[in-house]
Amino acid sequence: MAFVAIADRDHEHALHDPQSFIRKYIWSQDHKVIAVQYAIVAIAIGLVALTMSVLMRLQLGFPDTFAFIAPENYYQFITMHGMIMVIYLLTALFLGGFGNYLIPLMCGSRDMVFPYMNMLSFWVYLLAVLVLVAGMFVPGGPTGAGWTLYPPQAILPGTPGASWGIICMLASLAIFIVAFTMGGLNYVTTVLQARCRGMTLMRMPLSVWGIFTASILGLLAFPALFVSAVMMMLDSLVGTSFFMPAVASMGEPSRYSGGSPLLFQHLFWFFGHPEVYIVALPAFGIVSDLLSTHARRNIFGYRMMVWAILAIGCLSFVVWAHHMYISGMNPYFGFFFATTTLIIAVPTAIKVYNWVLTIWRGDVHLTVPMLFAIGFIFTFVNGGLTGLFLGNVTVDVPLSGTYFVVAHFHMVMGVSPILVVFGAIYHWYPKMTGRMLDETLGKIHFWATFIGTYAIYLPMHYLGILGVPRRYYAYSNSIEFIPPSVHEVNQWITISALFVAAVQMVFLFNLVWSLRHGKPSGDNPWRATTLEWQTPDTPPKHGNWGKDLPVVYRWAYDYSVPSAPQDFIPQNVPPDDRTPAGREHGVKS
Amino acid sequence: MSATAAYIALATGILVWALLVRRFTAKPWEAVLERGIGDDLPNSAPARVGLWVFLAVVTSLFALFMSAYYMRMGHGHGAVHDWSTLAEPAVLWVNSLLLILASASMQWSRANITRGQIARARDGLLIGGLFTIAFLGGQLYAWREVRGLDAFTPGNPAVAFFYVLTAVHGLHLLGGLFVWAKTLIRISPRRPEPIDVRLSIELCTVYWHYLLFVWIGLFALLIAT
Repeated sequence: MAFVAIADRDHEHALHDPQSFIRKYIWSQDHKVIAVQYAIVAIAIGLVALTMSVLMRLQLGFPDTFAFIAPENYYQFITMHGMIMVIYLLTALFLGGFGNYLIPLMCGSRDMVFPYMNMLSFWVYLLAVLVLVAGMFVPGGPTGAGWTLYPPQAILPGTPGASWGIICMLASLAIFIVAFTMGGLNYVTTVLQARCRGMTLMRMPLSVWGIFTASILGLLAFPALFVSAVMMMLDSLVGTSFFMPAVASMGEPSRYSGGSPLLFQHLFWFFGHPEVYIVALPAFGIVSDLLSTHARRNIFGYRMMVWAILAIGCLSFVVWAHHMYISGMNPYFGFFFATTTLIIAVPTAIKVYNWVLTIWRGDVHLTVPMLFAIGFIFTFVNGGLTGLFLGNVTVDVPLSGTYFVVAHFHMVMGVSPILVVFGAIYHWYPKMTGRMLDETLGKIHFWATFIGTYAIYLPMHYLGILGVPRRYYAYSNSIEFIPPSVHEVNQWITISALFVAAVQMVFLFNLVWSLRHGKPSGDNPWRATTLEWQTPDTPPKHGNWGKDLPVVYRWAYDYSVPSAPQDFIPQNVPPDDRTPAGREHGVKS
Repeated sequence: MSATAAYIALATGILVWALLVRRFTAKPWEAVLERGIGDDLPNSAPARVGLWVFLAVVTSLFALFMSAYYMRMGHGHGAVHDWSTLAEPAVLWVNSLLLILASASMQWSRANITRGQIARARDGLLIGGLFTIAFLGGQLYAWREVRGLDAFTPGNPAVAFFYVLTAVHGLHLLGGLFVWAKTLIRISPRRPEPIDVRLSIELCTVYWHYLLFVWIGLFALLIAT
């Protein structure tokens, strides 16, 4: 049975614009509306997590000052902050938000291939968030088991939220995975099946490559979290012993027999490590496009960048146990996972070199998106280098329980991706709204966030080297190896964190204010080559492309081509004498 | 876990090779297009590709459950070894036969819809679904049987895994039955054959074959351990 590609059947589909408010903005199947819905919910729940981090820092910086932060509250804040930031904010925002918005526009499609399922994906995601939030109001409050939810303590009395809080968390994760699977199927299938004519895989912008590969990783890795969530829920509710060992709890023998907590750790990290790259790969892709556009240079080593994304994606499945060195394992396993961890640094380093070479001697415009993109490179290199320390068993063992790890993962998968999120919002906001974000406010936002986050996390490395343990509610003065300087550093970090959190309000204000008062952007304010800037309307209307789909003739990085009349040639411009079909360093067409 | 890692590596390798590597020789920045610009367009229905991607996800899910099964079975020695092998109910053999018949009926339906014999295709689809419902009923009966066994206790991981694995497999079949019911409503001998019904039957058939394959794997695991 032969089928015609969806792009070629375009004329069969009349564009029925939704008319009612509900069909247009709420129960909408338009990928752009769904993207904004995802983004709003993700940012809203992310603000909750930000507030929790402020409360944590208040406790650490000024212990014995805030009576309303009890030890159990502190652990609940840790848990919810970590889970929300990693899953409900970053994953949802990069794939549900940017994935939804960019894939059809950058590939030249009218929409996702399964729009109804796409809409369901958002609503199920919202349900997952609501169940998570409901967990904050159940008896005992949310779980305080730490974001890794390790058994046996996660479901034993004594841990905050061990009765209902953990159930809400597990249920919410399971629901989230259902939502993500519906979305992920859409992203992958759309990239494979709904590209416009001429958009070969090797002409796709790197943003699409990053989101596409991250979606595949998510589809294969999230089932591990699903399996562990289901089995732990059964341990808690039914009394099975998948993960729960035969332990005594509160002086009494528990009902559990000989379950394996290590099994949970394997399953969790089999999801958990690819999750790092589910967040990082879209960031890698997006930052490549930001750098190229704002430096007016073609991306350096496009094909190598694609290979690096794929290599990182594959390798991310064979490094998970480096999170478990201190759980105990066969030394040969440790050697294997340390080796794979170091190997994954190779394609990652290739990407960093290529980013730097892209802007090297480029016509760099220090716009706000470019500032965030450059800030990302610095932060990612810093966070990545400390990852090399922790990837080695012998170095990880003494550092694993300290603030060095907190500093590392916040730099590499907290601050770095968030800088890209900000850069991407500043970059694509004009396309989404037709107005520019205010540049002065944007620069204030960037410098305060960039310097502020370094003020927070650089000292944490020092704390870690000193051996200051993480996960502690307070540090008693009687702990001999913790000198008074640690308390002063903690105060400094807290004040910096309060400052950075407050500065984010400038960003939110800018988002809202510019919606009405921002400078009109026009169709292509950054003079970019990719297809989303070539739509007939800004913001793009339902169906994106008017009557006819675009046709692509070149790759996405034709910047500063010598003979061309402008310093960029959009992907949909046919080749002629003045706009040749593109060139790369040293390779003439 | 090693089985899962092997599966992931294999699946990723196949995906990369089949979809990507053969197109990596393209150098779109070098050559002016001489071929038609539509040469690289995909030529399969999105729903078909979507199903195969979904099957990869389901494979990952079951591979992880099976890895967990093996790891849990090997966990603990001496006093804490709590795995008490289960004598699987004989009805599972009958159930397996029912699912094979369901899959065969679906295949028969697919063959008929390809030849344009809509009435037969409808019958095959209907019978396939009924066999599947019978399979699910049989699984419920097996659940009751296991409940009556001496080894039945939630603390026995063999029992817990039996219920979890059969439940997850059954839920996937229930999802398939939802699509089956929608297809059955759409197909009618009095109406001309719409192309999407033909596609629906094809995809249902692939899905049924796949879940039969998964069940055979699960059943073999259960009776072998």
